Parts: sequence; C-alpha cells; structure tokens
Amino acid sequence: MDKTINQKAWFLVLPVFLVVAFSAVLPLMTVVNYSMQDTFGNNQFFWNGVGWFKELLDPSTDLGGRFLASLGRNLFFSLVILAIEVPLGIVIALSMPRQGWTVAACLVILALPLLIPWNVVGTIWQIFGRPDIGLMGYVLNHIGIDYNYVSNDIDAWVTVIVMDVWHWTSLVALLCYAGLKSIPEAYYQAAQIDGASRWAVFKAIQLPKMNRVLLIAVLLRFMDSFMIYTEPFVVTGGGPGNSTTFVSIELVKIALGQFDLGKAAALSLVYNLIILIVCWIFYTVMTNAGTERKHQEGAV
Amino acid sequence: MHSIPGRRVIMALFLIFLLLPIYWLVNMSFKTNAEIVSTMTLWPHTPTLQHYRRIFTDESWYSGYINSLEYVVLNTIISISVALPAAYAFSRYRFLGDKHLFFWLLSNRMAPAAVYALPFFNLYSAIGLFDTPWAVALAHCIFNVPLAVWILEGFVSGVPREIDETAFLDGYSFPRFFIKILVPLIASGIGVAAFFCFMFSWVELLLARTLTSVQAKPIAAIMTRTVSAAGMDWGLLAAAGVLTIIPGALVIWFVRNYIASGFALGRV
Repeated sequence: MDKTINQKAWFLVLPVFLVVAFSAVLPLMTVVNYSMQDTFGNNQFFWNGVGWFKELLDPSTDLGGRFLASLGRNLFFSLVILAIEVPLGIVIALSMPRQGWTVAACLVILALPLLIPWNVVGTIWQIFGRPDIGLMGYVLNHIGIDYNYVSNDIDAWVTVIVMDVWHWTSLVALLCYAGLKSIPEAYYQAAQIDGASRWAVFKAIQLPKMNRVLLIAVLLRFMDSFMIYTEPFVVTGGGPGNSTTFVSIELVKIALGQFDLGKAAALSLVYNLIILIVCWIFYTVMTNAGTERKHQEGAV
Repeated sequence: MHSIPGRRVIMALFLIFLLLPIYWLVNMSFKTNAEIVSTMTLWPHTPTLQHYRRIFTDESWYSGYINSLEYVVLNTIISISVALPAAYAFSRYRFLGDKHLFFWLLSNRMAPAAVYALPFFNLYSAIGLFDTPWAVALAHCIFNVPLAVWILEGFVSGVPREIDETAFLDGYSFPRFFIKILVPLIASGIGVAAFFCFMFSWVELLLARTLTSVQAKPIAAIMTRTVSAAGMDWGLLAAAGVLTIIPGALVIWFVRNYIASGFALGRV
C-alpha cells in the first residue's frame, strides 16, 4: 500500500532532527571551520584556505603520505575481514542446531563478544596473545612458531584480524540465521521432492533469502571496520612502527596527540566524505533491492 | 531448517574459539599477580579474590561502573523516546524530504567517532555539560538514534495500517492511540531497539573517554590505570574486564529468545 502524503509528519520527526542536528551538525561546522585554519597554540588561528586539503591528497607531503598510507591499510583490512567474516558467518548460521536448548545456548555464546566493551576486547587479545602470559602466544611459541605481535608486523596484523573475526563474525552469523529462519519448511520439502542437491538448495533457496540481511551485514561490517579505533589501539597502539595505524588512529594522533586542529579537521572531512559516498551506494542498492522484491511479490 | 554436514563439529570449534580468550581472562582474574607472571597455569592454582575485593571496596573503581551504566541508561531512554514518533512518521507518511532525511540519519550512524571527539569536547565544554553523564549520553545519540529509528521503522511497518484507522474511527486521539495501542503492539521491537542502544553505548569508549575527566569517568577508561610505574597489574586488569562482560551477558540472557529476529532488525 502506498504511503499517504502528510506534511504534518514533520512534527513527529522534529525531536529526532533536533537531537541529531545538535550532536552532528554543530560539531561538523566546527570541523569545517578548523579545516581552513592553522594554529600555533595559544588559541591563535590563521587562515589557511584549502591548504590542508591540497596537502592531504598529495602523497609527497608528510600529512598526505600518512593519510594515504593509513587509508590503504584500512581498506586492505576491511577487505580481508569481509572476505573472512562473511563466508564464515554463513557457514556458522547454517551450522546452527535445529531445535532444543542448544539453540538458545549457541545464540547466547555467539552474541557474547558483541557486548564486550571494545577496549576490553583489545585487552582480552592483548593478554591472550602475549608470549609470556597469554595462552595463544605461549602455545604458538612453544610449538616452534616465533610469534610476537609487539615487534613483528605480520604477527600484529594477524592478531588484529583474528581479533576482529572473533569479535564480529557472530554479527554476520546472527543476521544470516535470522534470514534462514524466515524460510518456510515447505520450500525444503519441495526441493527434496525435486531431488535438489545440498548445494542447489543453498544457491536457489537459502542464499536469495539471505540476500537482504547479508547486505546489511556487509554494510555494517565495512563501515565499522573502516572506522575501527579502540581494539587495535589497545593491542598494538598502531605499531610496530606504523604498520597497524588505521585512519581513525592517525586522526586521533593528529587531533588529540599533536593538537593540530587544522590538519585533523581537514582529514576528518575527507574521511567523512568517503564514508558518506560508500553509505550512499549501499543505501541506493538496498532500496532498489527492496522495491524490486516488492514488484516480484506483487507479480506473484 | 536444513543444515550442512559436520555442522556440530563446526559449531563446537567456533564456540570454543569464542570462549577460549574469555576463559583466559576469567582464569587470570582469579590468579595472584605472582602466579600470572611466574608460571603458565591453565587454571588458578592459588585462587584469590583479591582483585575483585579491591574493585568493590575502592570507590574510584566501582564508581566507574555506576558512571557507565548511568549514561548508557540515559542514552537508551533518550534514543527510544525520540525515535518512536519518527519511526511512525517514516513508516506511515510521505513528506517533504523524507528520503533525504532518512539517509542523512543513517549516514550519522556511520560517521567515525574519531571525527567527532574533538568538536564534542569543545561543544560540551562550552555548554557546561563536560564531565557529566549527559554529555556522553547525548554524544552517543549520534549513532544510537538513527539505529533506533531504523529498527523501529521496520517493526512499525509490520503493524497493519487498518489498526491505526480503526483506532482513529473509534475516537482515539493521536497521543492516546500511540501509547495505548501502537506501543504495546511493537513492544518486542522496542525491546530490540533498546538492546541495540544499550549495546552500542556500552561498548563505545573513544567518545566516553574524551567527554569525561573525573566525575563521570566510565569504567573502560579507569581500566587504563592498571599500568603503573611498577609494571602492569594484570590480575586487576583481568578482573575489571570480567566485570564489564557481566552486564552484557545479563542483557543477552534476558533477550535470548528475540536475538535471532532482533538482529534482523525487524526486516527479513
């Protein structure tokens, strides 16, 4: 059914608009203001125009080099964890028990990592991976693998990725499980009568039903991994060297560490713009998928 | 529901992978620091409660938990109460700029906290809310309000429109219809939205830490104090970590029957 046009609905949306405008638009305006200026402390500001933006996009400068390097690392990180978490999440969702108390038990354990504060997630893996007091680090070193996330780049990366898989695969799995649960038993019976193989059932019935939730999962995981800050910061502090310094870590370093407000603000705006574009693409794809589905259902 | 071969093994392995690091943290929280540093033991050989005792008797420690819970609860209440009418509007009506507004809201859910840390600090200092639970609760609205609107919109759309029309024909005023009929109908949706607001506010640290200094400091920020000149107090850190997991675990236990549908955000 089509929605009715009613401009008075704005009154219902007004509280949300005010709250979000207060906490999003006001601060963003400060950021825009800072991004055009330079400061040498003492609250003295100098006009710098688009200088910071030029520097930001030029890899030969210090600021640009740092930004583009951290952006590259972050994109690589996001792609790696999506490539691991999405298939793994689907497999876990398909492995859920069918009924009985084990369902609730599995769900509770799966959801557990999602509700642990992010810095505690970092602490857990910081401890778990240490060669001296952590189980994982200790065992790895004793079976002959030289593992130390503090001094070795690759070990640090592996730790951060395994930590993210540990932390967030459950989200993908729970979303997929919800999608699977909505499939009526009759579909499977029909497939059985047709003699469909396990793979055919997955491809023709389960995957299409999970389409929408998978899209949500990919969107959420991409965004959150693109803004990741706390967990790698606690575990590696962005190191060794700069090897696990992602965009947010770089930004906080510049803003709160060096108090370089102009540079930080310019970086913030570009960072926000990238996220906005990706978000918009996903949103369009999702609403299109939604209307397409409605058309299909209407046709049936 | 059809499952895949070897599912029990896969599930068991994954659950062990999830639980092992948590077990290690719990294990460490019951050990003395001497035992942690000197030997590798799979369970505490000289179990002690000293770290927990320290947290529960030292005000600077346990007040952190109270501060955290305070802003989380505040944030959940604000988010749900402003999101409910908006969710209804988005679900039922078309109005000028509705799609743009919805996208703008969602884009805020995706905005990196690091971008807002410094401006928030300036803003809340200027209006005198710095270092109060209100500052953190309001700041967390930036990602929780859009999420709550999104989730609730899905649940409101699940309520047939005939119910609204019948209620209005029966002479219900809009506020009365909203509270007496709509809210009870989407109670589980409100529960799910509250769960998510609780979750994201509870796990966020960057903004919470930036916006507080002494009075309203969250537990997650207090935990960093375990690093001292004498080295790390690993046992205390582990005990504090375990205590931050408990509220989340309790919340999950209460909503366990809704988890699956909840994570689909009411729109499968």
